[in-house]
Amino acid sequence: MIGYVQQPPSLDVRGVRYAYPDGHVALHGVDLTVPRGDRVALLGPNGAGKTTLVLHLNGILTPTGGTVSVGGLTVSRERDTLAEIRRRVGIVFQDPDDQLFLPTVAEDVAFGPANLGLRGAELAARVDEALAAVGMAEHRDRAPHHLSFGQRRRVAVATVLAMRPEILVLDEPSSNLDPAARRELAEILRGLPVTLLMVTHDLPYAAELCDRSVILDAGRVVADAPTLELLSDERLLAEHRLELPYGFVPRPS
Amino acid sequence: MGAGHVHVLYRESSSPVHRLPPEVKIAAMVLFTVAVVATPRAAYWAFGGYALLVAAVAALARVGPRWLLGRALIELPFVLFAFALPFFGTGERVDVAGLSLSVDGLHGAWNILAKGTLGVLASLLLAATTTTRDLIVGLDRLRCPQILTQIATFMLRYLDVLVGEARRMRVARMSRGDDPRFLWQLRGFAAGVGALFLRAFERGERVYLAMVSRGYTGRMPAVWQGAGAATAGQWAAAATVPAIAATIAAVALVLT
Amino acid sequence: MHISNGIIDGPVAAVFAALALAALTFCVLRGRRDLDDRLAPMAGLVAAFIFAVQMLNFPIFTAGVSGHLLGGALAALLVGPWVGALCVAVVLVVQALVFGDGGVAMLGLNITNMALLGTAAAYLLIALLLRVLPRTPTGLGVTAFVSALVSVVVASQGFVLQYWLGGTTDLGGNLAGLAGTMAGVHLLIGIGEGLITATTVVTVAKVRPDLVYALRALKPAVPAPAVPVAGGAR
Repeated sequence: MIGYVQQPPSLDVRGVRYAYPDGHVALHGVDLTVPRGDRVALLGPNGAGKTTLVLHLNGILTPTGGTVSVGGLTVSRERDTLAEIRRRVGIVFQDPDDQLFLPTVAEDVAFGPANLGLRGAELAARVDEALAAVGMAEHRDRAPHHLSFGQRRRVAVATVLAMRPEILVLDEPSSNLDPAARRELAEILRGLPVTLLMVTHDLPYAAELCDRSVILDAGRVVADAPTLELLSDERLLAEHRLELPYGFVPRPS
Repeated sequence: MGAGHVHVLYRESSSPVHRLPPEVKIAAMVLFTVAVVATPRAAYWAFGGYALLVAAVAALARVGPRWLLGRALIELPFVLFAFALPFFGTGERVDVAGLSLSVDGLHGAWNILAKGTLGVLASLLLAATTTTRDLIVGLDRLRCPQILTQIATFMLRYLDVLVGEARRMRVARMSRGDDPRFLWQLRGFAAGVGALFLRAFERGERVYLAMVSRGYTGRMPAVWQGAGAATAGQWAAAATVPAIAATIAAVALVLT
Repeated sequence: MHISNGIIDGPVAAVFAALALAALTFCVLRGRRDLDDRLAPMAGLVAAFIFAVQMLNFPIFTAGVSGHLLGGALAALLVGPWVGALCVAVVLVVQALVFGDGGVAMLGLNITNMALLGTAAAYLLIALLLRVLPRTPTGLGVTAFVSALVSVVVASQGFVLQYWLGGTTDLGGNLAGLAGTMAGVHLLIGIGEGLITATTVVTVAKVRPDLVYALRALKPAVPAPAVPVAGGAR
């Protein structure tokens, strides 16, 4: 990791505040830095502001205060900046059916890089590369709704990998997966050479994949520490409506 | 009906008709239908010719007559109108089984039945040999306005998803004792429709967000649209059907 | 009702096809003003919604007879006349091509009646009634009921007009009879359409009034949407 120290962090969120048009304040000055190559879990109960924060990372929402930088580039409303930010931040949304909207897997994976201007052989290579990374290469011509839920989620990951993002942001990646699909996805995510921010309240999944975790509650970062340390602090977890599953004891893997 | 509705008409096969690119099949089907509609109704032999043509294509596409005729029954409600014509038509009348029917009206009914049936058979053959996805690709290649093909693409992608949601909501309603019979189901049905709209609209917003997150700025990139477009040979092969139909129509027009 | 091939003669069908295409082009322009670059996904989902609702048959009486919603007035109320007409038109095109519903040669006529005339009549009435009636669930419900009922009848009279112009069988003095029969039958269909449209719109307005286009467009004070409106690069 020492070689990376000189580079700007993949994600640098500073003092981000956000109020919805109706006046409800969702974020009260959030600070979060994710160095390049790290895997970080963003934990928090429902309504903590996790999704709102995620929508700031690629400029879909504009903060009322504070800044977001991705690999040294600060998010702004400027057209070219926004396009580059959306290439750098790959968001995998919770419901793969929201993400996969085209008739075939390959077309959907091609959508992002095609928006970046790629065409022809270069585009096809990107698609193959991304599908291979999630082990879905042989399904490239199938329709998304013919795939299993776990396969659809893997394709959803591929659709943003194809844009070669600086940071991969996953919203509840383990939700609705059966145990085998959950493990397969974990193996794939662990093997990806990319910075990763994982939004979840699946604590064992965070422990399995991320060395560091951040707890967001009521629009504020309330804890930022090694995952095992956080998960061992029962009082902290209980205060923020987080619970380990029955019988789960956090330990170094 | 149901979630399978979208796919039931497509008959998996590798027949020569299946292998034709969608745009030539759509063009052939539309031109064939236009030729049929343009044919004078009194040229009975011409309709026989069209029927033979449909039968030949069906045989080539390996679509069985039983399937074809069974599916063609869907047009029945749409041609009910035809059965009213012999009663309402004007002019000379004949007595058939004790009913006084208009001769012109009978001709009119025949006209609608023949042309309607041939049209339905032609659409069925297209649907049986072309996946919905290819139909959209074909429309696109035929320079159908892009916004329409895009809306259709989204529609077909999410139709199954919405029907599935509707079904789950209905099962949930029934599980709580809602009795879906008679008119008082209306409230439950309409509440379900309202809930379905909310889900559809909110999903639309999420789909749009996910698209924007991947760099969408209002233009769908044209990806691989060119690949697999029809060759001159394929156009020529498919053109035989509308060409024969047009010849029949032209002869019928001249003779009557 | 879908018009099948052979009911109206070719030239009239062709004229209406051209008319429908021109009107739809206009709808696309106005729809873009309503939805901007969200037009394709939003209209696609609304079209899927209309299609799905049309597939949900509901038995009217315990035996046999069943009906389904046409959805023109519902679409006009929920997403506005432009996007609404566009969605109904796409549904009709796909039904004609993929399912053989209604003749392909008659597509222009069917789009004119159900997507354009039906939606336009509905929206004109909506615009009128929402200004006159009180802004209560009852007012909205009555508006929806009347506009849905009238839109179904108007769409059926579009067919009568087309038949007068290019019907393949001369009905002589019975054209008035045809108009009456069509109006009568569609009045009955329209009552069901109206009841469901009204209940549906009132349901949606209770939960997310900001999603009902008619309430939004016809009232100057626009409440802030609860869902963040995404700002694309433009």
